[in-house]
Amino acid sequence: MIERLTEEIGLEPERYELTEGPAYHFELGEMQRRDFFRVFGGGVLIVLALNDSLAQQESGGGGRRGGAPRPVEIGAWLRIAEDGTVTAYTGKAEVGQNIRTSLTQAVAEELRAPVSAVKVVMGDTDLTPFDIGTFGSLTTPDMFPQLLKAAAAAREIMLDLASEELKVERGSLLSADGKITHPATNRSLSYGELSKGQKIMKAIGASSLSPREGWKVAGKSLRKINGRDVVTGKQRSTPDIKLPGMLHGKVLRPSAFGATPASIDSKEAEKLPGVIVVRDGDFTGVVAPNEGTAARAVAAIRAEWKTTPQVSAKELFDHLRKTPNPPAKPPDTLAESLAAAHQKLERTYAVAYIAHAPLEPRAAVAEWKDGKLTVWTGTQRPFGVRSDLASAFRIPEASVRVIVPDTGSGYGGKHSGEAAVEAARLAKAAGLPVKLVWTREEEFTWAYFRPAGVIDVTSGVNKDGVITAWDFHNYNSGNAGLRPVYAIQNQRNEFHRSDSPLRQGSYRALASTANHFAREVHVDELAHSLKIDPLEFRLKNLKDERLRAVLEAAANTFGWGKSKPAANHGFGIAGGFEKGGYVANCAEVAVDRASGKVKIVRVVTAFECGAVVNPDGLKNQVEGSVIQGIGGALFEAIDFENGKILNPRFSRYRVPRFSDMPKLETVLLDRKDLQPAGAGECPIVALAPAVGAAIFHATGVRLRSLPMVPNGLKL
Amino acid sequence: MRILELQVNGTRRRVEVDGERSLLSVLRDELDLTGAKYGCGEGQCGACTVLVDGRAARSCLTQAASVEGKQVTTVEGLERNGALHPLQEAFLAVDAMQCGYCTAGMIMSGVGLLKKTPNPTEAEILRAMEGNICRCGTYPRIVAAIRQAANGDKAAKGGAQ
Repeated sequence: MIERLTEEIGLEPERYELTEGPAYHFELGEMQRRDFFRVFGGGVLIVLALNDSLAQQESGGGGRRGGAPRPVEIGAWLRIAEDGTVTAYTGKAEVGQNIRTSLTQAVAEELRAPVSAVKVVMGDTDLTPFDIGTFGSLTTPDMFPQLLKAAAAAREIMLDLASEELKVERGSLLSADGKITHPATNRSLSYGELSKGQKIMKAIGASSLSPREGWKVAGKSLRKINGRDVVTGKQRSTPDIKLPGMLHGKVLRPSAFGATPASIDSKEAEKLPGVIVVRDGDFTGVVAPNEGTAARAVAAIRAEWKTTPQVSAKELFDHLRKTPNPPAKPPDTLAESLAAAHQKLERTYAVAYIAHAPLEPRAAVAEWKDGKLTVWTGTQRPFGVRSDLASAFRIPEASVRVIVPDTGSGYGGKHSGEAAVEAARLAKAAGLPVKLVWTREEEFTWAYFRPAGVIDVTSGVNKDGVITAWDFHNYNSGNAGLRPVYAIQNQRNEFHRSDSPLRQGSYRALASTANHFAREVHVDELAHSLKIDPLEFRLKNLKDERLRAVLEAAANTFGWGKSKPAANHGFGIAGGFEKGGYVANCAEVAVDRASGKVKIVRVVTAFECGAVVNPDGLKNQVEGSVIQGIGGALFEAIDFENGKILNPRFSRYRVPRFSDMPKLETVLLDRKDLQPAGAGECPIVALAPAVGAAIFHATGVRLRSLPMVPNGLKL
Repeated sequence: MRILELQVNGTRRRVEVDGERSLLSVLRDELDLTGAKYGCGEGQCGACTVLVDGRAARSCLTQAASVEGKQVTTVEGLERNGALHPLQEAFLAVDAMQCGYCTAGMIMSGVGLLKKTPNPTEAEILRAMEGNICRCGTYPRIVAAIRQAANGDKAAKGGAQ
C-alpha cells in the first residue's frame, strides 16, 4: 500500500521541497574525515555508504523519498511490557493533527486495552519503522489501520498464550481491559503476565478487525491524550530541549535569495566571548554560549553579497505564465463543444504565495557522540531528514538518529530539515551539542511558501444549465484537485510548470485550495449568469453522491434559500473533495461599505471522511482548517521584491486572529461503511470560494484573486 | 553581567545575566521554565505571555532586569497543590488546542483577563486575546474555555456562599 501511496505522492508536482537539491555542500574539512575514520575504521566507510545507497535503490526508494519495506512482525509496531504498558511505534510525527490520540485509539480498540495503558512512540528513526512522512492525509487511511492490524494480531497472540497457560479452549476466552479472561472459571491473565515483556516476532497476519459499527474506543471522542502536559507547560518541543554543555547556534543569512558571499569578515565576531565562527562552502554560522551572544556574533560579521536581479511580486503573475509547456490548442471535441455552448465564460483567477507560519519556527538540537549524530527537530519527515543529514555529512543513515518531539505545527511546511543540517554542522565544529532556533523572520524568509499561481478557466454551458465544456489551466500552483468535481462531458485540465521566483512547496491540501477557488468561483459565476441558484446549479452538474450529501447537509444547516441576507450581507456556497474527504461550506459575510472591511460572520461546514475516528478531534481539525483558510481567503500574501521578503513578521503579515473568527457550525457525516480518510487538509479547500461567492452576493463585486481583500474591499 | 533577583512562581531566583536579556530568555534558558515559548520576538503572537504582578505581559519584549521586585507567574506556576487552575481545566475539558505551542500563552493571557474581569463578555474576551495567535485556528474553543472557567469560577463561588 505504501508503495502505491508513495507513487501517488511522488506524482504531485507541487511538493517541490521534496525534489530540490541540498541547501549546503559541506567540505567538512580534513578534520572531519579523520574523526570519522577513527570511529569507523579506514575503508569501511565507503563500503557502508555504498551498501546503504544500494539498499535504498533495491527497495525502490530512490534516496530522498524511499526507505526500507514496512516490517511485518508485530514487535516492530507494538510491545507489551511486563507491567502491561503497551507501546506502539510509528514514524509519523505529531504536529497538532492529534494523531497521537487517534493512533492510541487504534491500539486500544483492537488490543482491548485501556487507553491509559497505551503509549505511542512517534517519529524516532532508531525506534520506529520507516515512514515516508506525515503528509498527504495519510495517517488515518494508512497508519491507523496498520496499528489496528498490529494490535489485533497482538490480541490473537495473547489469546493463544492464555489458552496454553490456562489449558482451555481458545474460543472460551475473552479479551477486554488489557487482559484475557476465562469466564467459566473466572480466571484471568493480564497482557503483561502473558507477554512477560517479550518482543512478539510473529508476523502480522490476516487477523479479523472489529466491525467499525461495534467500535468501543475508536469512533468516540477522546481529548488530546497529552493535554495535561500541554496546559501545564511540561510538553517539550524541540526549542525546549536542553542538553548538558549545549551551545547556541545561529546562521548568517544572505542579503537576498540566490546571493553568494563576495567577502566575509568575521574578525569582530570571533572576539566575542566563547564564540566560534564556522565557515564551510557557502555556509557561515556561529556557535556561542547563549542565544543572545550568538545573535550579536552573527550581526558582527561583515559580509558583502553578490546578488542577481529577481522577479518581484508586482510582476509575478505575468512571469508565471511564461511556462516551458504552454497549453496546446484545445482538442477538437472540446473546441466544438465550446463553440456550440449556449454561454461561454472565460476567466482568470490567481493565488498569492502564502506562508505556513507555524508558531514553532524551525529548530534543531544536534549532538555528535560516539560516531553517531542525533538530531531533535520539528519535521514532518523524520526519515527524510535522516537521509538529508546522512548525505550532507557523507555518513551512513545508520549513524544518524532523528527524533521528532511533538511539534508546534507544520501544515505541510515542515517537510524539510534545514535547521537540522545547520545545527549538525555547527555541533560538529563545536564538538558539543548545539541548539538552533530560527527567528520568525528566518522562518518567514528561508522556509518554503505555498506556490502562487494563475488559473485560466474557459467553460461552456447549455440552456438547461449543464456544463458541457471545461478547459482549465493551472500555472505553477500545482495539480492537486485539478480535475473538476462535476461531471462534464468535454474537459481538459492541465498543470503548467513555471519558474518560481520564490522557494515553494507543499501546503495543507496543496494546490487543491487554489484549484477549488478557481473552479468554485467560476461555477458561481456560471450559476449567476444563468440566474440559477448556485446550490441547484451544482447539484444539477454533479454525479458524486458524497459531494451531494455534504452540499445538502451544509445547505440545510445554513438554511440555504430560506432567507434573504441583511443589508450589506451576502451568502455563498462551495464544495469539493480532496484526499478522501468531502467538504461543503456555506458562508455569510458582512461588508462595511464605508471602511471596506469584510467580516465573515458565519460559516457552516459539512464534512465527510468515511468512518469518523474521533468526532471531537475531527471537529477541531475541521474548525481549524476553516479558520486557517480565512487568512488565505481574505488577507494573507507574501510580498517580495528583488529577492527579499518585504513582510517577514507577524506585524506585517496578517494571520487570522480572535476577531476574525466567524460563528462556526460543523456537521460531521459519519460513514461507518467507508474506510476512514484523513481530515487535516480537505476542510480548507472550499472556504475561500464560499466567501468569495458571499462577497459577490453582498456587493456584486466578483473577486478572482487570493487573498481577496488584503486592503479591504474597494466599492 | 549582573545578578538579578527575581520572584518567579512564588520562589526567589538569582540569575547572573547581562542586563539586556529578555525575561523570556532568562525563564527558558536560565530557569528551565520552557512553558512560555518564542513565537515572534516582537510581541505580536503572545506565545511568550506570562503574568507580571498579575497582569499579562509579553516576556520576549520585557527585560528581565525590569521585573526585579515584581511577581512573575508562568504557566508552570498556575497549579496549586496538585490542582490545576480552572482555566487549565477548562482548556482540557474543551480540548482547546491542537499543536499546543500557543497554549501556555493563551492560558496566561486568559488568566490575566479573568483576574481583571472575572466574568468577561465575548467582546472583552476577544479584545483581551487579540494579541495571541493560534495558527491551528482553535480560537472558538479558547473562547469557550475562558467562558467555562469564568462561569465555573462564578458557580464555585456561588456554591460556597
